[in-house]
Amino acid sequence: MSFQLTNQPINPLIESLHPHTGGIVTFEGLVRAINDDREVSSLEYEAYPELALHEGHAIISEVREQFDILEARAIHRAGHLAIGDLAVWIMSAAIHRKEAFEATEYIINAIKARVPIWKKEYYSDGEANWVRCDRCIHGL
Amino acid sequence: MTTLHITYFAALRDATGHAEETLTTEAVTAKALFHDLTAKYHWPFSEANILVAINDRYRPADSVLKEGDRVVFIPPVAGG
Repeated sequence: MSFQLTNQPINPLIESLHPHTGGIVTFEGLVRAINDDREVSSLEYEAYPELALHEGHAIISEVREQFDILEARAIHRAGHLAIGDLAVWIMSAAIHRKEAFEATEYIINAIKARVPIWKKEYYSDGEANWVRCDRCIHGL
Repeated sequence: MTTLHITYFAALRDATGHAEETLTTEAVTAKALFHDLTAKYHWPFSEANILVAINDRYRPADSVLKEGDRVVFIPPVAGG
């Protein structure tokens, strides 16, 4: 059971699984070349490491308590990423598939909602923008 | 008066112009500090979309600030 932040390319390793494992569900989030109809050329992820790790570990603890799983791991990238790079990798293992699917979905939803990681998109027209921060501007 | 350590990330750092500072303030709560800093730096952000962390944990906006606290205002997150 673990949550990691890394500045290095994510290298997913599924090993040392419990012998009762009957199914694993992984989620891989990739950097895509389009968002809101704008052509994206690259991304930058910035984290507030102390709080991101605290919340990430808390999410893994919650999933362990709420779902009948044998393992849960999540790795999130920080730094500058190219199109197609792996931005986030999540894995849940369980005796049966249902719990593994549910646990993996819970983890990605919780990461997106509350782990303090920000994404700056660089567009092919030369502009750049912190994603979702249009919503913090008065009047919008 | 309370002396605090403030760290800025992402869009808030860009809007502030620097990543961290130590300041002495009369603001009693995190919310009051947010309003003082909004006036100082002309932040174009709404309080409704900003969370606060004190000493590396999420805390309510009306939390009372203590001497030496590390304060971080958190714009909308976008991980995953």
